[in-house]
Amino acid sequence: MRAARSEGRGTEHPSGRLVRGYAHGDADLSADEAWAVEAHLERCPGCRRRLAALAAEVPAVTALLATVRAGLEPDLDGPAPAPRRRRRAAIWAAPVLGPWLAMVIGVSVVAVLLDRTADWTRTVPTVLLLAPALPLAGVAAAWSRGLDPAFELTAVTPRAGLPLLLRRTLTVLAVLLPVHLAAGLLTGVALAHWLLPSLALTATALALGGVIGVGRATAVLGALWTAAVLAPAVALDRAPLLQPERLPGWAAVLAVGVGVILARRRAYTTPGAPR
Amino acid sequence: MRTTTPSGMSDTAPRTYAHEIHATGLTVRVGRDRVAVDGLDLSLGTGTHGLLGPNGAGKTTLIRALATVLHPTGGDLELFGHSVRDRSHHRELRRRIGYLPQEFGYYKRFTVREFVTYMAWLKELPDRDIPGAVQRAVERVGLADRADDRLKSLSGGMVRRVGIAQAVVNDPAVLLLDEPTVGLDPAQRLQFRALLQELGRESCVVVSTHLVEDVAAACTDVVLFDRGRLVFQGTPDALASAGTPDQPGDSPLERGYSALLSNSDQGKGSW
Repeated sequence: MRAARSEGRGTEHPSGRLVRGYAHGDADLSADEAWAVEAHLERCPGCRRRLAALAAEVPAVTALLATVRAGLEPDLDGPAPAPRRRRRAAIWAAPVLGPWLAMVIGVSVVAVLLDRTADWTRTVPTVLLLAPALPLAGVAAAWSRGLDPAFELTAVTPRAGLPLLLRRTLTVLAVLLPVHLAAGLLTGVALAHWLLPSLALTATALALGGVIGVGRATAVLGALWTAAVLAPAVALDRAPLLQPERLPGWAAVLAVGVGVILARRRAYTTPGAPR
Repeated sequence: MRTTTPSGMSDTAPRTYAHEIHATGLTVRVGRDRVAVDGLDLSLGTGTHGLLGPNGAGKTTLIRALATVLHPTGGDLELFGHSVRDRSHHRELRRRIGYLPQEFGYYKRFTVREFVTYMAWLKELPDRDIPGAVQRAVERVGLADRADDRLKSLSGGMVRRVGIAQAVVNDPAVLLLDEPTVGLDPAQRLQFRALLQELGRESCVVVSTHLVEDVAAACTDVVLFDRGRLVFQGTPDALASAGTPDQPGDSPLERGYSALLSNSDQGKGSW
């Protein structure tokens, strides 16, 4: 665009006399001529080259340029300020995610320890009870007014919306799923048994989040999980919703959740709930 | 001649709107039943517009609606000629908006440069323009020497300036600043007014404040707002001439402010 503007329109280049006069700082070059040459030079690389060739013959100019370059050199050679690492991390993860991930991983480790302790005789493994719900904490941190101090700012940037939310959610899963995979292997919980409910809850949180806000959606689902799965498991040592024959149900929830997210993908550009 | 702004493309794009901000009958409800902006008709173009009004007048709600945080509940709001009701334009609109909320939240562990860089990324500046744009924004608010310090080590006034830097990093055509001078010391406030004047030459700047002297010093236009309604729009001089010497206030502007507000509010004198 800019190149087209500079070269396309600029069929008229300043004459050799003008450029030479400009390089020499001639007094007979009137102010408006000098200004016009300067304006042209800013846009025309060809004429800048002509100027450079002519200026090289003028000692006063070369001396001045050398001084300027010497003055600038220390700054130019210095290490460019590059906040690379944190920036790259922030592109993938919500900036507030760190403590939440640490907490969730800590809980997972405790769950594994509980299940591996010999005198812990529960029929439903703790890992199975907790692993599906734990990504909710990370999802909440990814997009909620309550947990993200800069939410008001980030929520109205052009990048706000489903792609950013998905990116942050996938980061949560990319960290947590391997942890839970290891936890499952250590405690003998089959992969599908925790993975399907886990993905189903995450997808539902995002789908519901498009309606009532992601933070609220995770709180609601966390409460539901506690009431429907955790409470019966603790009180009765049973987890009917986590029986293998329920897995198709979880797969259906996952599919519905993903469908709702895709159908309502525009809903994520407004911060929080639409009232 | 400054021709190297990152948003240089928009200079050449044809304008299809008369005002950057154009509200017709704009109503914004907060919570379930509080109408904070009530049938507002307002057009704002290039310049620095001071949004004045008592606490609770609805200034913050209006600014949040302009920033597309809040959705209009009635009437319409057009930014750059596009209605904000049409969400498919939000992304495009938001690239051209700069916003400093009243409560500026930030990440304490980020340095100034990291934070402004992150905001520049969220605002979808091209990657190669980001370092330059960040440096320029940080210099504009006078924080170049603290650019690599963490935000938690900065004073309140400096944090406020970081907020201004992130707002201007994308060279916005509409810049929305909610109480930007809170926490600035007198010298910083003077510098900030100069920056406001500079920004207002090329873009539409809306500054909400309750400090009448900020408006007098930096704004080309005053928008006086009370209980969700527009009370007055005009130049600072016109505001000053609305006042009479018997009105309360220490300056002509303050007297004009009091006069117009007491006209709009029959139950005057109440806090």
